[in-house]
Amino acid sequence: MRRFGQVTGAVWWRATHTFLTNPQFLLPSIMFPLFFFTAFAGGLSSLGDVPGFDFPSGYTAFQFCFVLLQASAFGGVFTGFGIASDFENGFARRLMLGAPNRTAILVGYLLTALTRAAIVLCVVTIVALLGGMAFDGGPLDVFGMLALAVIVSLAATLFAAGVALRARTIQAGPAMQMPVFLALFLAPVYVPLDLLSGWVQTVARFNPVTPLMEATRAFVSGGDADIALAAPVAAGLVLLFAAWALRGLRRAEAAGG
Amino acid sequence: MSPTTGTLGLQVAQLARRSVLRTFRQPAQVVPTVLFPLFLLAVNTAGLEAATELPGFPSDSYVDFAMAFAFMQGALFSMVNAGTDLARDVESGFLQRLALTPMRRAALLLGQLAGVMAVSLLAGVIYLLVGLVAGVTVVTGVGGVAVLFALALLIGLAFASLGAFIGLRFGSAEAVQGFFPLFFVLLFLSSASLPRELIEQDWFRTVATWNPVSYLVEGIRSLFVIGWDGEALALGFGIAALVAAAGVAGAARALGTRVVRG
Repeated sequence: MRRFGQVTGAVWWRATHTFLTNPQFLLPSIMFPLFFFTAFAGGLSSLGDVPGFDFPSGYTAFQFCFVLLQASAFGGVFTGFGIASDFENGFARRLMLGAPNRTAILVGYLLTALTRAAIVLCVVTIVALLGGMAFDGGPLDVFGMLALAVIVSLAATLFAAGVALRARTIQAGPAMQMPVFLALFLAPVYVPLDLLSGWVQTVARFNPVTPLMEATRAFVSGGDADIALAAPVAAGLVLLFAAWALRGLRRAEAAGG
Repeated sequence: MSPTTGTLGLQVAQLARRSVLRTFRQPAQVVPTVLFPLFLLAVNTAGLEAATELPGFPSDSYVDFAMAFAFMQGALFSMVNAGTDLARDVESGFLQRLALTPMRRAALLLGQLAGVMAVSLLAGVIYLLVGLVAGVTVVTGVGGVAVLFALALLIGLAFASLGAFIGLRFGSAEAVQGFFPLFFVLLFLSSASLPRELIEQDWFRTVATWNPVSYLVEGIRSLFVIGWDGEALALGFGIAALVAAAGVAGAARALGTRVVRG
């Protein structure tokens, strides 16, 4: 167990240090969510006047919830890029030789993703509050909102890690990024689900991201979050992608790193 | 007559052919150019259809309004494709080998841009066909479609020449990719999603008004939703021509420097 913790800590420290000391990794992680928040909350705020748009905390808060989940998810995707790079440059091979339990490596990367998400979410939240966003929930709602963000980050990291551990090359970047991008944008991004139209509304109804986004919005507005739906969906995503990532890890082990 | 000793036209044609073939052999360049704008068109149309209920919205169909966004995204991908290909030519030494032949420098640039334009034209046809299937109407009719492609190609040339400049100036495909988000930001901070009059936030409306991309979007959009709007078209063509001229001049200068530098 002690060795497990040492390996996890070493992977976490190395990947986090790399993230924090390289502007090319740090800046996009922070700038992209801020950019989407600025573009959507600033440019589309008149959508809050559309008949049927009934989100009580305003359009800025409505978009903040999307950006919160997007930043969490893309923190995981970027961590997947890091795993793929480590395999491509041979570091992961050496790491696997030195780790008695390789699951510790995966846990180290998960902690890295959570650290990244925590940093980015702090920045985005501060900017949103400075920009006049209304937060109408209580302390429990803050906890619920952050818990969902953490779960989304974990699920996205496990998904991206599964891809990275199978492909073991950074060329698999689009295979990590595009499914997450599609899942996020095929949820109610601009308006509530009932105001979506066409096939996207049908897809959004069955998209697992939708209940997570709606629950996040309910937490921010202090409304009744549909935890009975969001919690099992969140847990299911984490379990599904944990199995996917662990099988990927076994494949990487079988391939000799 | 060998392509390297032929007329400028022959040299351009040969290099344009190379550029087109090269692009089509790389699905990673073709697929995003065609599919990504169509995906965002679908998502934006479904998500922002409700915006047509805002008083003063110029169309009762958001897909008509959003078509310009797809064409602009196509132009952004032209930038990436032109810049990446030229940067790879620098990285692989192709440019230096070509400099040893009698081929004129202008042919390399014009050939690359012509090739990217051909891909842009094809992508534009696909956007329009998919749009028509989805119910898009071009209020300016067949003449409007001709003007649409003229403007879209000029905008594509403008962005492609900027990409060529970046690719030749930095000689790195990674640098070109790094500039893509910057141009993407310009598109999102424009009037691409809502008319400027309907943007509530004063600061955003000011940014969109100063952002030249707004006028490129509005030029294309006018052909779909407004009709023959001389001012919108003049601004669209004028700004696109200015950017294209600056981009081509910058790229030509960067090419000269790159070849001399060796």
